[in-house]
Amino acid sequence: MSLLHIKNLTHYFGGLCAVNDFNLELESGELLGIIGPNGSGKTTVFNLITGVYRPTGGSIRFRDREISGTRPANITMLGIARTFQNIRLFNNLSVLDNVRIAHFGRTHYSPLEAIFHIGRYQAEEERITDHSLDLLDRFGLADHAETEAKNLPYGMQRRLEIVRALATNPSLLCLDEPAAGMNPSEIQKLMDFIQRIRKEFSLTILLIEHQMRLVMGICERLKVLDFGATIAEGAPEEIRANHKVLEAYLGEEAAE
Amino acid sequence: MRIPCSRNIKFLVLIPGGWLLCFLIPRLGILNPYVQLVFIYVGINIILATSLNLINGYMGEFSVGHAGFMAVGAYISSLLTVRVIPASWNPYLFPFALVAGGMGAGLVGLIVAVPSFKTRGDYLAIVTLAFNMIVKSVIENIEAIGGPRGLLGMQKMTTLPWVFFWTVVSIWIIRNFVYSNFGRGVLSIREDEIAGELMGVNTRRVKLLGFVISSFFAGIAGGLFAHNLQFINPRVFDILKSTDILIMVYLGGVGSIAGSIIGAGIYTLLLEYLRFLKEWRMVLMPLLLVFLMLFRPRGIMGLREFKGFVPQYYLSAVELWLARRKKEDVAPSH
Repeated sequence: MSLLHIKNLTHYFGGLCAVNDFNLELESGELLGIIGPNGSGKTTVFNLITGVYRPTGGSIRFRDREISGTRPANITMLGIARTFQNIRLFNNLSVLDNVRIAHFGRTHYSPLEAIFHIGRYQAEEERITDHSLDLLDRFGLADHAETEAKNLPYGMQRRLEIVRALATNPSLLCLDEPAAGMNPSEIQKLMDFIQRIRKEFSLTILLIEHQMRLVMGICERLKVLDFGATIAEGAPEEIRANHKVLEAYLGEEAAE
Repeated sequence: MRIPCSRNIKFLVLIPGGWLLCFLIPRLGILNPYVQLVFIYVGINIILATSLNLINGYMGEFSVGHAGFMAVGAYISSLLTVRVIPASWNPYLFPFALVAGGMGAGLVGLIVAVPSFKTRGDYLAIVTLAFNMIVKSVIENIEAIGGPRGLLGMQKMTTLPWVFFWTVVSIWIIRNFVYSNFGRGVLSIREDEIAGELMGVNTRRVKLLGFVISSFFAGIAGGLFAHNLQFINPRVFDILKSTDILIMVYLGGVGSIAGSIIGAGIYTLLLEYLRFLKEWRMVLMPLLLVFLMLFRPRGIMGLREFKGFVPQYYLSAVELWLARRKKEDVAPSH
């Protein structure tokens, strides 16, 4: 049984077909890259998987359970987490609070216990605070726990976004252009980082990326989108030689 | 007890001490009744500003109909004390009438929260504006509760100690709510609603809770207001009243309980001090606000908090974590 099974996924924005007949079979533990030129529908696929949009057609099954039409928070609780192309941290909150918020669904006390600070409140707060700080500590962010997220340097903001996603305890992690704005040495570090969290958290990873260095370096399998349609699929070497892919990226003449 | 005790003791002394002072002032005749009245308004306005700040400051929505909730609380509690509860029982059952008013307002808040699922920002502001107008019109059209003439016959139940008590309760509960899982959910809506939802925050539940708590305390404030003035009519709770509360929140600072207290205090006291200016005080005050927005757009305390309101374990989360970790490191070795 595959972890994520997407069949005939289609999404229209008005008359514009953003994703057309997208199919995906993702096994547990896999690292799959989705590439394609700007506007080819990659982020839309993520938005469909995580429930931000409701698909026009097709089905998304996660662990053999239909999830299209489920509210995003509930999908997250099932074990799908994501990061964003343009960083979307909770800017005015501390690094620690950013991670604590990601524990929302697994904090067990009632509103009544919260407004009187009684019952399980104290123990639960301690538990999630410790867990958040442990997590931050593992990725070298514990020293900045009390910094406001917006004041972190860019690279750390990217890292914090991934840590925050990890705090939701996912089995599938969707990374949307994690290397955007990074230089080659930073990309190398990011590759190691992705491999590390993949192993330590036994994750399945979906990766959208523009940086060929990154996708070719770590993905076992690639999917290439162009204008919402899947134009190629296969191992990085096959994709590199694929005529259609070159055409999509460089234009028809250059490909010939 | 994990929490260092010094500040708890401070509050344990300050709160009963403050209450005792409120209790003694009228009896000893230290302050004249006019000043006492001003303090009662300061208290009521603190409740209103703090509760509105939960929506406008912490949740980052823009509600402009807070007086509508106040009206619901004022009318329910007044109807109870005037029509239902026998006059001689009033002093004992007044708190229950207030809570009933608050709960009525909370219920209405629940209904107003539903549109906030679909819309936000300017559009939600229009919804709350419309809600305020609806409440006013509905009351004006029900003859049984006085219609446009209003309602009277309330005994003067709102005393300084009661106002102090409810002010402390509302600040305490809203502060507890803000520093909890649900409060962090509320903050995530302000910061980035989609990201919050994608981190597993049940934004609908959090919005419902936020609106209910906020409108509950607006209702309590309405009840206190009605039993102070001993007369209410629908015009009291119109858009202008909502605007007053908004000004207090933005003057004191969004997303800050200390800010709400400062804002409500300054606004109420200044309006009283400036009485000698007659009509011109209503020019001066808004002018002050214009300058505030130019030089401190987030208000006096915007997004900052007086440390006394922050739970200790929030302030020293990292130290406590290090201490606990050290203990764990030591434990397995022996």
